Amino acid sequence: MSGMGFFSQHAGEILQATLEHVWLVGATMLLAIAIGVPLGILVARRPWLSKPILGAANIAETIPSLALLGFLLPTPWLGDRADRIAITALTLYALLPIIRNTAAGITGVDPAVREAARGMGMTSRQILFQVELPLSLSTVLAGIRVATVLTIGVATIAAAVGAGGLGEFIFRGLAMVNNQLILAGAIPAAALALLADFCLSVLERRLRPAR
Amino acid sequence: MTTEASAGPEAIIEFRGAGYRLPSGQVLLHDVRFTVRRGETLVLLGRSGAGKTTALKLINRLVEPTDGQVLIEGRSTLDWDPIALRRHIGYVIQDTGLFPHYTVEQNISLVPRLEGWPAERIRSRSQELLALVGLDSGQFLGRYPHELSGGQRQRIGVARALAADPPILLMDEPFGALDPLTRMEIRREFLALQERLKKTIVIVTHDTSEALLLGTRIGLVEGGALKGLYSAKDFLHSSEPVAAAYVEQLHALEEFERGQ
Repeated sequence: MSGMGFFSQHAGEILQATLEHVWLVGATMLLAIAIGVPLGILVARRPWLSKPILGAANIAETIPSLALLGFLLPTPWLGDRADRIAITALTLYALLPIIRNTAAGITGVDPAVREAARGMGMTSRQILFQVELPLSLSTVLAGIRVATVLTIGVATIAAAVGAGGLGEFIFRGLAMVNNQLILAGAIPAAALALLADFCLSVLERRLRPAR
Repeated sequence: MTTEASAGPEAIIEFRGAGYRLPSGQVLLHDVRFTVRRGETLVLLGRSGAGKTTALKLINRLVEPTDGQVLIEGRSTLDWDPIALRRHIGYVIQDTGLFPHYTVEQNISLVPRLEGWPAERIRSRSQELLALVGLDSGQFLGRYPHELSGGQRQRIGVARALAADPPILLMDEPFGALDPLTRMEIRREFLALQERLKKTIVIVTHDTSEALLLGTRIGLVEGGALKGLYSAKDFLHSSEPVAAAYVEQLHALEEFERGQ
């Protein structure tokens, strides 16, 4: 069976798995942004929190992904559904680049701009939303881009706990020593990663403040 | 002149033994006492690190005194709501601190917008302010700071500080980053502006000629202390060693010219 033939024969299955993959990654990124950006702001505002928060995110990053999924299996509510486990684990991985870039973006705002903002009587909330966040948007987005690409790759391991996605093909291919099956998972995953990287980097450039 | 005199004694800014010490114990400013009356321009002259900027920041409470107090219109800065206090005081800094993601119009109208002015009033005020600092509003309102020259940016910085018509204006090395010719131009414009607006102004500088040109009085700051307050004329003839050193530095150029 030729490679192309295999792909067209399993097109429906591949599409299904790709959609599952996109759902896992999408849900993960929404969660990771919702948690990571506020934590990044906190790190920038309270430098003494930077060690514990970045340290924790760093540790999460070092836990082998298979092991992390295994740890989460017996947890009460999370363990009930495979996609909950997968999204939790993926979110923990995605946090570090988002927190780090958000903090870096905000601390990187020109001190003169911040001083002028304070001196003109902006409240710290106004400074955050009208000055610091808009000016660090492209840096924050760079973190989101790195996290997204990372998550698309790591999400293939979610199949290990039955959460579906493109990893299904890879695991099946590994078990059956079938390279075509492995590629059926690996190629769409790589294509997704490249596409996400491209789209987000275009957005990032458009949001970069002029100077 | 008589009306001036009756309005004169009113102290708008008063330092009462104000000092500032860092948490580490290092003293940046010690027991500073002076008053600035309505319509006066006080220049704080001193070398870098002398404590002039700290003194300026005590006025709009970007820094809070660790000793003594600073009174604005008779009230301690600590009794003011800091946000209300700062919107009551225009602030111009050397690097302008213009928001790079805002157009000139958005930059100038920042405080009026924070204060919730109606849209048309903001629009007309922005145009009025640009005219005030000598820029054409049709040409400049829509531009971004990076599309402006240094002198234009500094004019916008002044316009922004004046936007909500604050009675007090603080300026930290406002013209320091400009080339000498532009600096001279803007200083002249500024003098003409002050002639009309009669703000109460405190300027921080290390430039003696700027101090003599702009200040109705000069406060000499050295090593975290106020060494003396002078009129321009007194300053030129002061026997106080630090003041004399500044004057001598000024004369050095004239002697060079005479030598030519």
